[in-house]
Amino acid sequence: MTTHISPSPVRQSVVVEAPIDRAFKVFTEQFGSFKPSEHNMLSVPIAETVFEPRVGGHVYDRGVDGSECRWARVLAYEPPNRVLLSWDISPRWQIETDPEKTSEWEVRFTAETANRTRVDLEHRKLDRHGDGWQGVRDGVAGDQGWPLYLQRYADLLGRAA
Amino acid sequence: MTSSNAQLTALGDPTRRTIFELIAERPRSVAEITRQVPVSQSAVSQHLKVLRNSHLIRMEPRGASNVYHIDPQGLGQMRAWLDRFWSKTLAAYKVTVEQPPKE
Repeated sequence: MTTHISPSPVRQSVVVEAPIDRAFKVFTEQFGSFKPSEHNMLSVPIAETVFEPRVGGHVYDRGVDGSECRWARVLAYEPPNRVLLSWDISPRWQIETDPEKTSEWEVRFTAETANRTRVDLEHRKLDRHGDGWQGVRDGVAGDQGWPLYLQRYADLLGRAA
Repeated sequence: MTSSNAQLTALGDPTRRTIFELIAERPRSVAEITRQVPVSQSAVSQHLKVLRNSHLIRMEPRGASNVYHIDPQGLGQMRAWLDRFWSKTLAAYKVTVEQPPKE
């Protein structure tokens, strides 16, 4: 068994046929329209997802009953080139209130031509969630957290199929 | 090699990734998995061995056959989940951003 796990960042890229200004605007203003619907920590369906376009703002889901879940903080907001956000969701699939235990995700926009933009996403510092993982490992017998979440995700996939 | 690297390598193979996702949906036996992928049962068994050694899945005996579950331990699972989450998000984003702007 390894005791220190330091996962490499998650990196994803996509090239879109859109000018950089539009690419940035759609990513931030319409985030809720393409975020997978299974990403939901509320107990009710999401009515809307709000991406507050400023440093110190949040990304939050608002449920159909008015409840809210703030799961990301905006750490950098530099239109149309870059955003940097925290990921305040613990491996137990709960809101992490200790910023030291949150990972971060950065999205960079690069104009390839006037009408084509490359979008690079990096989700890094995953090991900062590490203590939570120890807790999950020691204390949770697989009925909470990511395994539950995977199951919920799988249920959704099953329903969509 | 750290276990996260092993997990990453294990999920780099498209067939193994498919098998992992099938098991993430619900626990399955080798025979059930073999029906869902275009490779032989012995190839599936090899893939399962790699996934087990990477602590992504675990095996439990049930009657005459073994049933494979997602392994609830390991940060690699969260990473694998995030990898999938972002891939799905960016694919949906591309569709959204390439739609003609609504006026």
